[in-house]
Amino acid sequence: MYDMKALYEAFSVEEAVALRLAHPEAKIIAGGSDVLVQMREGRLAGMELISIYGIDALRGVSIDEEENIRIGSLTSFSHITKDPIIQKYINVLGEAVDQVGGPQIRNIGTIGGNTCNGVTSADSASTLHAWDAIVELTGKNGVRRQSIREFYIKAGTVDIRVEDGEIQTAILIPKESYENCFGYYHKYAMRNAMDIATTGCSVNVVLSEDKKTIVRARIGYGVAGPIPMRAESAEAAANGQPVHMETVEAFGNAVLNDIRPRDSWRASKAFREHIAVEMAKRCLIEAILRAGGEL
Amino acid sequence: MSQIGKSVPRVDSYDKVTGRTQYCDDLAPRNALVVKIKHSSVAHGYVTSVDISEALKIPGVVKILTCFDVPDLPFPTAGHPWSTDPGHQDVADRLLLNRHVRYYGDEVAAVVAEDEVAAMQAVRAIRVEYEELPFVLDVRKAMEEGQPQIHEEYPGNVLAHSTLKVGNYEAAIQEPGLTKIEGWYDTPTVQHCHIENHICYAYEENGRVVVVSSTQIPHIVRRCVGQALGIPWGKVRIIKPYIGGGFGNKQDALYEPLCAWLCTQVGGRPVKLDVSREETFVSNRVRHAIRTHIISWVRPDGSFAARKIECFSDQGGYASHGHGIAAKGMNCFHQLYPCANVEGDAWTVYTNKAVAGAMRGYGIPQAMFAVEAHTDDICRQMGFHPLEYRMKYLMPQGYRDDFSKNENYYDSFRQCLDKGKAYIDFDRKYEEYQNQTGNLRRGIGCAAFWYNTAVWPISLESSSCRMVLNQDGSVQLQVGETEIGQGADTVFAQMAAESLGICYRDVHVVSCQDTDVTPFGTGAYASRQTYAAGFAIRQTAEKLKREILDYACELTRQAVFNLDIIDGEIVRITDGRVLMTLGDLATEALYSLSHSRHLQAESTYQIKNNAYSFGCCFAEVEVDVKLCKVRLVDIINVHDCGKLMNPALAEAQVHGGMSMGIGYALSEQLLFDARTGRTLNNNLLDYKLSTTMDHPHLEAQFIENFEPTSAYGTKALGEPPACPVAPAIRNAILQATGVGIDRIPITPHVLFARFREEGLL
Amino acid sequence: MERQFKKIKFWLNDREVETMVDVRASLTDLLRNDFRMTSVKKGCEVGECGACNVLIDGECFNSCIYLAVWADGKHIRTLEGLLGPNGELSDIQEAFIEETAVQCGFCTPGFLMTAVEILESGKEYTDDELRKLLSGHLCRCTGYENVVRAVKKTMLRRLGKAEGEEK
Repeated sequence: MYDMKALYEAFSVEEAVALRLAHPEAKIIAGGSDVLVQMREGRLAGMELISIYGIDALRGVSIDEEENIRIGSLTSFSHITKDPIIQKYINVLGEAVDQVGGPQIRNIGTIGGNTCNGVTSADSASTLHAWDAIVELTGKNGVRRQSIREFYIKAGTVDIRVEDGEIQTAILIPKESYENCFGYYHKYAMRNAMDIATTGCSVNVVLSEDKKTIVRARIGYGVAGPIPMRAESAEAAANGQPVHMETVEAFGNAVLNDIRPRDSWRASKAFREHIAVEMAKRCLIEAILRAGGEL
Repeated sequence: MSQIGKSVPRVDSYDKVTGRTQYCDDLAPRNALVVKIKHSSVAHGYVTSVDISEALKIPGVVKILTCFDVPDLPFPTAGHPWSTDPGHQDVADRLLLNRHVRYYGDEVAAVVAEDEVAAMQAVRAIRVEYEELPFVLDVRKAMEEGQPQIHEEYPGNVLAHSTLKVGNYEAAIQEPGLTKIEGWYDTPTVQHCHIENHICYAYEENGRVVVVSSTQIPHIVRRCVGQALGIPWGKVRIIKPYIGGGFGNKQDALYEPLCAWLCTQVGGRPVKLDVSREETFVSNRVRHAIRTHIISWVRPDGSFAARKIECFSDQGGYASHGHGIAAKGMNCFHQLYPCANVEGDAWTVYTNKAVAGAMRGYGIPQAMFAVEAHTDDICRQMGFHPLEYRMKYLMPQGYRDDFSKNENYYDSFRQCLDKGKAYIDFDRKYEEYQNQTGNLRRGIGCAAFWYNTAVWPISLESSSCRMVLNQDGSVQLQVGETEIGQGADTVFAQMAAESLGICYRDVHVVSCQDTDVTPFGTGAYASRQTYAAGFAIRQTAEKLKREILDYACELTRQAVFNLDIIDGEIVRITDGRVLMTLGDLATEALYSLSHSRHLQAESTYQIKNNAYSFGCCFAEVEVDVKLCKVRLVDIINVHDCGKLMNPALAEAQVHGGMSMGIGYALSEQLLFDARTGRTLNNNLLDYKLSTTMDHPHLEAQFIENFEPTSAYGTKALGEPPACPVAPAIRNAILQATGVGIDRIPITPHVLFARFREEGLL
Repeated sequence: MERQFKKIKFWLNDREVETMVDVRASLTDLLRNDFRMTSVKKGCEVGECGACNVLIDGECFNSCIYLAVWADGKHIRTLEGLLGPNGELSDIQEAFIEETAVQCGFCTPGFLMTAVEILESGKEYTDDELRKLLSGHLCRCTGYENVVRAVKKTMLRRLGKAEGEEK
């Protein structure tokens, strides 16, 4: 039995927005795998909850009229992994969220919940950053779009305007982002399942037609700073460069200019920096190979 | 037909695969009040006040009791047989709730409420003030002068110190030509992680308190509850249903005394104390972290001239099982590689941390990590082949220990090592993996161990058994030894059937122990179940058989010495004629108008033997140097635990022990915040118990040397599988990388630091 | 504080049921307390051990972190539902017995329900895939060895493949 003051259930986005406006103190619960855990441990004890779990309209993956990949915010991790659109265009996202916790968690956990938490260790976040995802928010004033990088404000805080009754309704991957693009995600954790990332690294590339040049490289990290982030100097070190191990080295080493991991009891800063470099290199190599390049 | 030595299905398996098996929480009355505990939020101090006024206002709160309300009766909790000699009794150093709190998580107050939400709200609303005291978390620091005194009666925080002296160490090290090899080895605080947390509920019945508990040791818990409440032990009744694992944590009186007492404080109404996972990590028991220092003086041929061992065992805040663990670890040392001149010191020291108690292996996993890591250090430094070295110097056949009178009747170590070596292809791989330089490196390692069976002569070993014959010729079997998941009930049925001459399916083991009904027995620990209960089962079965045959003699007028029970029938053995079925005899015996008899037998067997159990582990690893990661590629344990009663159950039990050993080697440890003493990773996400994806195939093999002292030729297996795994993995990493890691778990953090020191990164 | 209840209707092991549920209840609470489905075990209550796993519309969920009210309209299956009308065991339950995949039995119901989801997919998985599909359950007794073996054996049987010809 959870120590919950009240539960409001929404079955449509409109209901959710109305409930949010009526109960601004209430916490949104999507799949609940974070909210309920925090409620049990006392951090959210006694809170009111607005459940949006019943809004089936927010489930599923599609391609919209602008050719964006549209992932409904309540789509579970396991459904993302199994989705044919994801598998075709952004398989790395399916692979990344297939490393969240264990199978049951992947059935309940949603991509919206994973991002709205604002935590740096979210397995989806580094890939969404690396693919310049757009977050769609719906409130009393309608729909607002926000780049994922601006959506994350600080650890645990994202740009959702409660006063406007906003909830996150979708995550979009623009066509220019996924077209001809291939990626790889590496989760570094202390065991092979049921774990949170010590560091997560997601790299994707677009290669030239002859597969000799890196036209565009992007790299996102989780747990390399207080919020998920991109490593821009690493990207600069690879963009326009030849597909070569020297480029891989330069890319990996440049990561240290960007990341800001900290010491915690889970891992030291020095350790995280060390593996971040190694992971960047390995991810870039894998991404290049997937894009048809040779090293 | 023989009933032992066969892989018959578990007697409880149908119920367990249908979810029908009732565990403690499934049995708890629906109207039970809920208990939640207010734990200390300082590592050391005195509670100066507890303000419960706000908490009492919460609807549903029935009663709140604090450390100022409990009886002033210090009690012991260890699941040891009681000793009538005060000098050998367990240390009584805690109260039901404590004013002097000794670790972050100690019990300060308890809320009894109508539901768990109200109880937790009340716990959060209780305000406790402390006079904070300095605390100490490190075992060696705790022994230094000027450190906080955790229990007044134990200066320097030393709970106990024992020594080992064989021959003359000082004289022996003068021998010319010796190489001195020295090492310090650290093992972590780990937790049992049975999937069912400890839970108990209590109610009063006719002026007595009944506690239904997830425990391994119902008869011992009865005594502990009596001591804690200051009531006659007969006023306490403990019932143990099926339990969801124990591994030693439930070989302790955990919250049964508190639950029983709270029940008496609310008029005997039923109260349930369901421990959370977080509390299980912090406020139950953990495995002792032990620092071990070994000095070996080695002759050029590898033999030992003299050795020294020091063990510093981290007890945490209360004594629980105390010194038994470190002492047991130290005493395995000079028997594994017999040496004429040995000195040892074992220290058990209080610290302001989670309380250490019994855990699978009871000091031997710690000792084996140190001793077998050290063996490979010797080999590496002096150029010996680690397997050949073990073959040469491990305890030889015929070795006998003067204290336990244990004897190595066969050449078990070499037989085990041969079998493991063949499975894993040790010799070829050892050569192949020498001197690698790339990023991915393979290595192979091994380690051996021995283990005692049960606790004689340190402590009492006694088992009692009752058998009752039913009308159909089947039998009820009761013993005080408990089914905790290991399969004891199945093996008890097999043993009884073997001695009675019936099928194991006709032996109905009463799985639930109830101290009002079950014959006295101390419970599940020390890998004693099959060995200890075996004596009582065999003796009682033979007694019952005599009763049956005496009655058969009356019915058939055949001499008892010409009769036997074979496959459930009374057989005249002189010509093999079946005279009647056991069922017919039993029916007649109960309903006979001329001579009605209830055929049953009950007896106690006091065991004054012990038996060496042997084994080894071989492990192959792949190390990704740059990522500081170890992948376990292959692993095998080989055991000689005597004759196998049920090979499939034995194999399964070895898998579980190996899994625990893998976690011990690579990932598991409880972490404590240096600033506050708080446990940092008190949940199954942050405490890295292995998952299905962290194991390769686990291979378990056996050497079956019949144990001559045993009732059925069997001996210890429950704990042994966890003993040799960590050092085997550590030695494999050493071979792969050339880096000796002297602490477990060998996490990426540890490897990162060591690889940097050694220039690999 | 006023208690808040909701009337829900759902299928429990193929039987339609209706109940008033306290909105604060987890699905574990609902199944154990209101329907006495005691195969649903509590091992951590935060979704880390898998002991409370049940099938909801064919997928596995840890019922401890699933609100009871969400069960409304769903098909929920627990281990109790696997048993045949005359107490017959399903093949996967038989396999758990045959392969000695059961020890203390506390994690067993959760594992079995995940096995049901795996087997009902009708797919053949490699050993590594099976281990991944089973990785949401912690067990301290078995080292998972015989659990994986039992699931694999049943998978191959259902696919009409003899043991030994697996990938």
